[in-house]
Amino acid sequence: MQSTSFSRLESRYFYAFAAACAMVAGIGYLASHYMEEHGHIVTGMNNTIVWGMPHVFAIFMIVAASGVLNVASIGSVFGKAVYKARAPLSGLLCIGLLAGGLMVLMLDLGRPDRFIVAATHYNPTSVFAWNVLLYSGMFSLVAIYLWTLLEKRFNSWSKPAGLMVFAWRFILTTGTGLIFAFLVARQAYGSALLPPMFIVLSFAWGLAVFLLAQAAIYAWNRETLDPAILKRMRNLLGVFIIGALYLVAAYHLTNLYFAKQTGFERFILVDGGTYPWLFWAGYVVFGSLLPLLLIYHPSLGKTRSVVAASLLVIIGSLALLYVFIIGGQAYPLAIFPGFEASSSFGDGQIAAYKPSLPEFLLGIGGIGVALLITTVGVRVFNMLPHDAALPQGVHGETH
Amino acid sequence: MSDTNLDRRQFLGRASVALAGLAIAPGMLLYEFSQARPLGEAASGKVRWGMLIDTNQCESGCNDCVTACNEENGLSGGTAPTDAQWIRKVELKDTGSGRITSLPVMCQHCASPPCVDVCPTGASFKRADGIVLVDKHICIGCRYCMMACPYKARSFVHETLTDQLTDVPRGKGTVESCTLCVHRVDKGQETTACAEACARGGHHAILFGNLNDPDSEISKRVRAVATTQIRADLGLNTGVRYQGI
Repeated sequence: MQSTSFSRLESRYFYAFAAACAMVAGIGYLASHYMEEHGHIVTGMNNTIVWGMPHVFAIFMIVAASGVLNVASIGSVFGKAVYKARAPLSGLLCIGLLAGGLMVLMLDLGRPDRFIVAATHYNPTSVFAWNVLLYSGMFSLVAIYLWTLLEKRFNSWSKPAGLMVFAWRFILTTGTGLIFAFLVARQAYGSALLPPMFIVLSFAWGLAVFLLAQAAIYAWNRETLDPAILKRMRNLLGVFIIGALYLVAAYHLTNLYFAKQTGFERFILVDGGTYPWLFWAGYVVFGSLLPLLLIYHPSLGKTRSVVAASLLVIIGSLALLYVFIIGGQAYPLAIFPGFEASSSFGDGQIAAYKPSLPEFLLGIGGIGVALLITTVGVRVFNMLPHDAALPQGVHGETH
Repeated sequence: MSDTNLDRRQFLGRASVALAGLAIAPGMLLYEFSQARPLGEAASGKVRWGMLIDTNQCESGCNDCVTACNEENGLSGGTAPTDAQWIRKVELKDTGSGRITSLPVMCQHCASPPCVDVCPTGASFKRADGIVLVDKHICIGCRYCMMACPYKARSFVHETLTDQLTDVPRGKGTVESCTLCVHRVDKGQETTACAEACARGGHHAILFGNLNDPDSEISKRVRAVATTQIRADLGLNTGVRYQGI
């Protein structure tokens, strides 16, 4: 550590940062308390847009939690040393994001006080109920995996534990995709393409989160990441962004081909107001094409570009989820195909949704929880990646 | 004079018999004819409650069924996007011919209800007699059932409720929908509030009854005329059938 004023005060900065994260989480909790006291009337949600902003944040965090484990999987399952050195951070980020996402989902319930009922009453046909098991299983498995990584005596077990985590996270993201894929009557959902699409999206979003966290940790510790490692990870992010774009395109193209779905696609892609803007500008241009430029352009691709690309991928992911979750509900259900319907309950009309401050703060609160767990975890367990003595000659002077 | 006295005696005698009969008969008669279950006995799979809605009789602009439902179940009657509406009148215009149809839409009481499949806690459930309900004690308010319902039949209670009816438990933060007037059914009554109001208005567009009883009026009508299920393509086998769409 250099003897700068920063390193003298580093401990104070750490506590200040952790306290700021805790405060964000606390504000999220207060927002949910306000929602519980007054009912969901204080949110923008209604009987048509039943899932709102909290779900956008929650699903982002849960999908990214699974994707961030890619780094660990490439290390432990496929034996790449560069990634293995980053496996503990990857596991920790997974736990943080999962905890943040689940907190948001739980606190957005109409009756969060009854959360325990989800454990005592179990409907085996419900994919939500499966997810209760998948999420708690994920916590346990990642905790075991982290233990095998951090406790030298158990290091030899890290490969089988990593393999378990690898398999589990595929099932977990499949489960997240199935929440929507199992909705029989909704134009936006009910497609078998959704689970694989969510898996590929998770790769990109998770890696973007990881690269941001890694950059922050290196900057905090006044370390520089080996450019060769940066290049490798950044190129991987590029491949994931392209993969995600491919599946999103396939999803919309299949819909476009079905005459009964063209109205919905027109709404999402052309004349739905906010939704086409968020899709094309938010997800496609700023969330995918610009990051690809930042990654692959010969004169770019340095740390700053990669950080910017990762941030853009995250912003794009939130835009895509907003279009997918809220736009998907805003377009009216086809209850009477072949008829124009109207009623006092919004039949045949595009539903309006205006997110309110409490639901937004609840979502941000989840990010606060994820950051707090990561910040404390990185410090307590010393999770700065150590890249000493790499066989390919790819090594950084990290310690 | 004596004649008059005799008449009076006869009248009093007959009147008291009639009064006694009136007092006892309803209970006995209803028990006999409605197959009502004694309290505490579970609903029977031999019965399938359902409705037949004749859209030819349903008048555009008439809201009697909706008003009756709101009154029966203690709903506010508000039509804001956050207000509960268990039954609504939908106006349909055929995009080809321009023909207008008016019809009420409520929970269709599916035999294979998607809301029951997706509910994580089992709060959404189907009774043996086909009525789909929400157990307000174990509903956690996740709204997944609302996402899954193809008919937009469910409402979420967005605000604190006051002056609830004892027969119709409701709760802030839980989901609810048409109960097919289960509180009436369980008391042996043979009609729902909406069907009753529709008949009172002279329309007779809603017929409630037991689809499993071949001699019930609803079964006879379903056998005699062409009826449809909304979104029959989903294969959910709805308990509510429509005529004329």
